[in-house]
Amino acid sequence: MLLITCPYCREARPEVEFAYAGEAHIARPADPSAVGDAAWRDHLYIRSNTRGLHRERWRHVNGCGRFFNAVRDTVTDKFAATYKAGAPCPIDFAREGAER
Amino acid sequence: MIQARMIQEWKTLAGTPIPEVAGRLSVALAPDCARFSLRVRPDDRAALDAPLGIALPDRIGGVAVGAGGHALCLGPDEWSLLLPAEAAAGLGERLGAAVTVPFSLVDVGHREVGIAVSGPAATLALSSLCALDLDAMPAGSATRTILDRAQAVLIKHDAEQYRIEVWQSFADHVWTLLEVVSREIALDL
Repeated sequence: MLLITCPYCREARPEVEFAYAGEAHIARPADPSAVGDAAWRDHLYIRSNTRGLHRERWRHVNGCGRFFNAVRDTVTDKFAATYKAGAPCPIDFAREGAER
Repeated sequence: MIQARMIQEWKTLAGTPIPEVAGRLSVALAPDCARFSLRVRPDDRAALDAPLGIALPDRIGGVAVGAGGHALCLGPDEWSLLLPAEAAAGLGERLGAAVTVPFSLVDVGHREVGIAVSGPAATLALSSLCALDLDAMPAGSATRTILDRAQAVLIKHDAEQYRIEVWQSFADHVWTLLEVVSREIALDL
């Protein structure tokens, strides 16, 4: 079982307390009726499917109840960082991508 | 009609005592109390302290004692109040009259059952249901967590005194598991 650090509880907690909630930092268009069908489809369904570091949402559903963001390596399952919802990602992805 | 009655059926666990393991473990129903779920913005929290008679803890996991009961901080803006019935009577009206900040107070008194787990083997018994490191959990703290598969609030008063607050629907499940664990501890398995 993984230990995940909840940025609100500031504690490493067992994975069973958490629920995965998809890719993070996907902004919903402010006016959905103004975007075209293709753009709306991409917003709803098209995800990056990354191999490596992936920014994703989690919810501490059986704890403090809060959604937060995490950076997890999809190959090793290792969490690189967790941070509060609304906060900027602490990892510079442009640089990380160049290193891989 | 029958269905409605079934949904409202109370699982009080009364009449199903778990035998005490002498000097090691005791599992018993905690005395019933009033329960409230309190939501308020963290910045406005202090405005409620005086009318409640409890200084609400500001850190998640914190437990404050006051007004004859406990206040548990479960989330950034969520507190759970466990109060004696007399302190709870008319609490919503009293708070509404005394406080101007927005808050939400919901009576969840019928939702949960309290179970007191105590004795030197209490940590061992609960560790068999819970993935948290209970030895590392500070005394005088509380958290929402998973016991086996059921969500519950676990309060650690000290290393030998715990209280579980579990929803009535799952109380039988947790109670039966504690019964099994208690028997295993009694037999030194």
